[in-house]
Amino acid sequence: MQVQVRFFAAAREAVGAGERVVRLKDGSTVGDLVEQCAREHPGLGPLMPSLMIAVNREFAKSSDVLREGDEVGMIPPVSGGGDV
Amino acid sequence: MFEITARPIAVADVVAAVTRPDCGAVATFVGVVRNHSRGRTVSYLEYEAYAEMAIPKMREIAAESSQKWEIAAVAIVHRVGHLEVGEASVVIAIAAPHRRAALDACAYTIERLKEIVPIWKKEVSPDGSFWVGMGS
Repeated sequence: MQVQVRFFAAAREAVGAGERVVRLKDGSTVGDLVEQCAREHPGLGPLMPSLMIAVNREFAKSSDVLREGDEVGMIPPVSGGGDV
Repeated sequence: MFEITARPIAVADVVAAVTRPDCGAVATFVGVVRNHSRGRTVSYLEYEAYAEMAIPKMREIAAESSQKWEIAAVAIVHRVGHLEVGEASVVIAIAAPHRRAALDACAYTIERLKEIVPIWKKEVSPDGSFWVGMGS
């Protein structure tokens, strides 16, 4: 199957593109996709621990199973403002 | 009113979008580009959004606020692109019959926005540029 992966902010710069179509085995999970992207784009490595994933624009877990045509967003931690 | 825009945000327009005759309070929050961050001078910021997800997440926050407080209307407008020091990056306006609910919901909204709305900023300083994450 194929899914459309969208990369933002630091993830976009690490990959060098805002989106990619990725081929996966049927039944692959979000975690499988993330591992595959990390292998293909080593620059994503430092972001991995904090990366959140959205599937079809909703936050997803790494065990969620992907389906053909899903839109997967790779979401680094969102905008700052930790100092209140 | 839930928007992501590349143009300067007019605070008065956001306030007008929620102002209603049955509401005695409109609370606003304006996030402004600061000239320093974590010990570095900030020259300007670049904001980037996953707009197709960010807008539904803004609506979700408004729905959460409406569950928690008696409020009548919520507007959230976030800027993207190149922002200079002093420009507004985000404007929130919340109307309620009474001030306490409007103020509390406004504070809640900006905190939640930073947790679940996929918008990022890159701080550009004379020493280089840095994507800013939640913990910073």
